Amino acid sequence: MQDPPIARGFRGRRPPAANDRIPPGQHLTSDFPVLSAGPTPTPRLESWSLALQHGGALLGKWTWREFEGLPQTRVKVDIHCVTTWSKLDTNWQGVTVDTLLQAAGLSEPPQPYLMVHSDGAYTTNLPVEDLLKGKAMIATHYEGKPLSPEHGGPARLLIPHLYFWKSAKWVRRLRFMPHNEPGFWESLGYHLYGDPWREQRYAGD
Amino acid sequence: MPETDTTLGGARRLPWRTAEVRDVIDETPRVRSLYLSVPGWPSHRSGQHLDVRLTAEDGYQAQRSYSIASAPEAPQLALTVEVIDDGELSPYLAREVRAGDRFEVRGPIGGYFVWTAALGGPLFLIAGGSGIAPLMAMLRHRAAVASHVPALLIYSSRTFADIIYRQELDQLAAASGGPRVVHTLTRQQPPGWTGAARRIDRDMLAEAGIAARAQPRVFVCGPTSLVEETTQSLLALGHDANLIKTERFGPTGALK
Amino acid sequence: MNPDESAMPAAPLDGNAAAGLLQEVFVFDATSATLTCDGCGATAEVGAARLYGAPMGAVLRCRDCDAALLRIARTPMGLWLDLKGSRSLMIRLNGGA
Repeated sequence: MQDPPIARGFRGRRPPAANDRIPPGQHLTSDFPVLSAGPTPTPRLESWSLALQHGGALLGKWTWREFEGLPQTRVKVDIHCVTTWSKLDTNWQGVTVDTLLQAAGLSEPPQPYLMVHSDGAYTTNLPVEDLLKGKAMIATHYEGKPLSPEHGGPARLLIPHLYFWKSAKWVRRLRFMPHNEPGFWESLGYHLYGDPWREQRYAGD
Repeated sequence: MPETDTTLGGARRLPWRTAEVRDVIDETPRVRSLYLSVPGWPSHRSGQHLDVRLTAEDGYQAQRSYSIASAPEAPQLALTVEVIDDGELSPYLAREVRAGDRFEVRGPIGGYFVWTAALGGPLFLIAGGSGIAPLMAMLRHRAAVASHVPALLIYSSRTFADIIYRQELDQLAAASGGPRVVHTLTRQQPPGWTGAARRIDRDMLAEAGIAARAQPRVFVCGPTSLVEETTQSLLALGHDANLIKTERFGPTGALK
Repeated sequence: MNPDESAMPAAPLDGNAAAGLLQEVFVFDATSATLTCDGCGATAEVGAARLYGAPMGAVLRCRDCDAALLRIARTPMGLWLDLKGSRSLMIRLNGGA
């Protein structure tokens, strides 16, 4: 194949200088880009609830008021989107998944995998152990303010050690599964696990 | 069967072709038109777009989609690019590129947001800012084939200086059988401005627009808010949803 | 369609913006094909559907009920296409009524 012509003087967005907090193939952004697989729902806190489900059984269900009353955790983390932006030192507040399981009276998870279900029929799959020991939370605040709808408010999953599509916006239901099944993007060629440090963007990576 | 081959085989995978910049024209302080010669370019229809791919010296590539602003009948392909301050390609295309530069394009792409004189009219065009580009291709096509389909453009710009193709639009409108062109300036108006001075709204579409009963083919292109509001107003005025085609600005090129 | 490259808008685009990607899968211009929603039965041209998901992929949604009609993504392995939200995809051939 013939080489493409060089666009004189074009540099584009260069990869950043090495930074041990930026995974391979990522670049830093100061914005918070919005990526949505569907329309932004209008939050109605009166009818909002979060459910924890195992097979046909409901293990726990919280109204907004109940959920707000659970012990809160604050974290400062770096986030990495598969579309190659990374953002450092973001501040979140919410309820850790450990706290949630505790509130449901579970001493240990009943199954090894979890499907996260959101408004708009978005789903993403995760190994349960990646959600425990403070590694993930249901976040309701970003930088000290209630999470805006376009960033997933009233509540989104936050699991910063995986690519950000795993941090499902508008989360409503966590469903335990015996096997790892692909969610919305995972069934369309994206990686089943999505570790940014191993650059697991796509199936086969 | 040969006919089947023509129908289906005609839309093959699109190759990248080398475009050479022949001319650049500053339309406004933030908007520039590039005139390209593209050997092997198949004809397009007005309203279609193309992909631009830029390759840096080290092989880095970036790609975006741009509307084609020229008529199919024109000798050169025209793109009209507005600088997006934070953008990756647009500052290069709208500020850096000069005659003689080369980059790749592929297309034409899209058969939905398209008007040809054979489709008839009336033709009702509504543009905001650089959303004028694909609609200009339609007006240029209409002029090139001397179509008598009634045509109207309602065009919203921020200020007088931000009006893209202002002189050419004046000339088209002044020509016999030319389109009617209605400007509105939303931010600032020059002294003595007698035209509209607000965002395109339902009243403006009712007063200046083509009535729904004439069943015009409507094309709306611009920022999302303009497209949303205009579409709602047109539906409220009784326009047929199937005759309204829209194109919102967005990160389309980012769809790899 | 001079794209706003700076930010991913929460608002959808029009389906015709996915033309370039769709052209890699279909030998015809997919934006003027007609999709029938499997959820609510509404029909619309691909170009008129609501487009979400950029730049991870293209998710075309029904204008009436928001269901995902067609999903497509390009990965190094290939193009991934999901049409299960559509009852049918009708392609008008040249000369079709």
